[in-house]
Amino acid sequence: MIEVRDLKKSFGPQPILDGVSFQIEEGESLVIIGRSGGGKSVLLKHIIGLLQPDAGAVVIDGEDITHMDERNLIRVRSKFGMVFQGAALFDSLNVAENVAFAFRREKKFTEKEIAKKVSEVLEMVELPGVEKKKPSELSGGMRKRVGLARAIIYHPQIVLYDEPTTGLDPIVSDSIDKLIIRVTECMKVTAIVVTHDMRSARRVGNRIVMLHNKKVYAAGTPEEIFASPDPVVQQFINGEADP
Amino acid sequence: MTSFVQRYITGWLSGLGSFGLLFKEALVSMLTFKVAWRDLTYQIYFIGVKSQTVVLVTGAFTGMVLAAQAYYQFHQIKMDTATLALVGVSMCSELGPVLTSLMVAGRVGAAIAAEIGTMRVTEQVDALRTLATHPVDYLVVPRLLAAVLVMPILTAEAITVGIAGGYSVAVFLLDVDPVYSWHNMLRYTTIPDFSIGQIKSLIFGGIIAIIGCYKGMTCRDGAEGVGHATTEAVVYSSIAILIVNFFLTLLLQRLFHIV
Repeated sequence: MIEVRDLKKSFGPQPILDGVSFQIEEGESLVIIGRSGGGKSVLLKHIIGLLQPDAGAVVIDGEDITHMDERNLIRVRSKFGMVFQGAALFDSLNVAENVAFAFRREKKFTEKEIAKKVSEVLEMVELPGVEKKKPSELSGGMRKRVGLARAIIYHPQIVLYDEPTTGLDPIVSDSIDKLIIRVTECMKVTAIVVTHDMRSARRVGNRIVMLHNKKVYAAGTPEEIFASPDPVVQQFINGEADP
Repeated sequence: MTSFVQRYITGWLSGLGSFGLLFKEALVSMLTFKVAWRDLTYQIYFIGVKSQTVVLVTGAFTGMVLAAQAYYQFHQIKMDTATLALVGVSMCSELGPVLTSLMVAGRVGAAIAAEIGTMRVTEQVDALRTLATHPVDYLVVPRLLAAVLVMPILTAEAITVGIAGGYSVAVFLLDVDPVYSWHNMLRYTTIPDFSIGQIKSLIFGGIIAIIGCYKGMTCRDGAEGVGHATTEAVVYSSIAILIVNFFLTLLLQRLFHIV
């Protein structure tokens, strides 16, 4: 279980999060929505310990990771996989080396076993045969799929997605959504998806948390959120600019 | 004005602190053998093999110019055969390590800062951390170890071609007696001179790598941030090499009982 307790974070004089609290149960698929620059990605980075809060705590399976040093965080992070907004593939490595990165560092498997696992996971993200390509030779959607393959190859318990469909056309976005749903169901992982794509939020989440004014403004099932009479929630869902 | 000075001093001290922490983390990583050997091999190739041309050209022309300058001074007091001795001592203990390090700082320090800086701004460093890999183990340690291992070899090469270049200029161009010159060089260029140069180059290698890594790891966002980090890595490591060289000269000369 993941628990975020009264999280506060500022960058210089600019507050980004001001007392954000919520819980995520095992196996849940949570979507975090909110306006651009509203602190969604910052919140995600706190959950995996890439950022440290000014106040509050992030508790993963009963363990407070807020003030853990980097070496201890490595152990906690092995429970996580993360798909970055821009995929963040290592551009000096080819696709196979990117996907197998965690395995090569662990040195638990032979080269043959690693190649087999890479091929299996690339098959799962519908990208067979791209092992030798460099990240620069891939399209945006392909890069996100490789990023997902890299995040799930070692069977993490929790997968974090930072705006997985941003910058992709509707058809590729739809295929990424289906992939997230398939990975969550097949691998029985907890998924946390940050997005401002409402279509995507409705499809992949079984609970939605909306950030607004640096706090959790609304939370509920997709049906509850979409049926909410709250004008702020409706404005965001309908994508209407301030008058 | 006071707040500007306060901010400047706080920023400087905070930078020094994070530099110290990075260095400590790198040492801990090296002592606990968390070295990625494949990456270390690549870095040895990148820093050592790919710096050959620049180091050899620098070494050769420094030795040649030094021989010419020394000859014209010594010739006035009829000490032509001391030319190679001066070239030997200078190349081994000062010019070899310092000029090699400055050239490597320009080539390798900049490349390290640019590569790590780009990785940082494109979230590749964060990706490393999410893949349960400490960025210091993967990015800093191989570069630091490779630079420390390779710099003494590069310096020895620069010294060798520098002396060869100086010999050629002195003997073939300026008609200095080869036998006496060579004899004087061997007499006055001692093992401690060479050792001082090797110790210096080892430390300068560490300075180049750690400053390049630090500037890359702390680089600000965007292309401008990477540009700044690259420039600062070269400038800071060059200045650090020159300052540390002064103190090392004093310390090592005393240590080897030359003074």
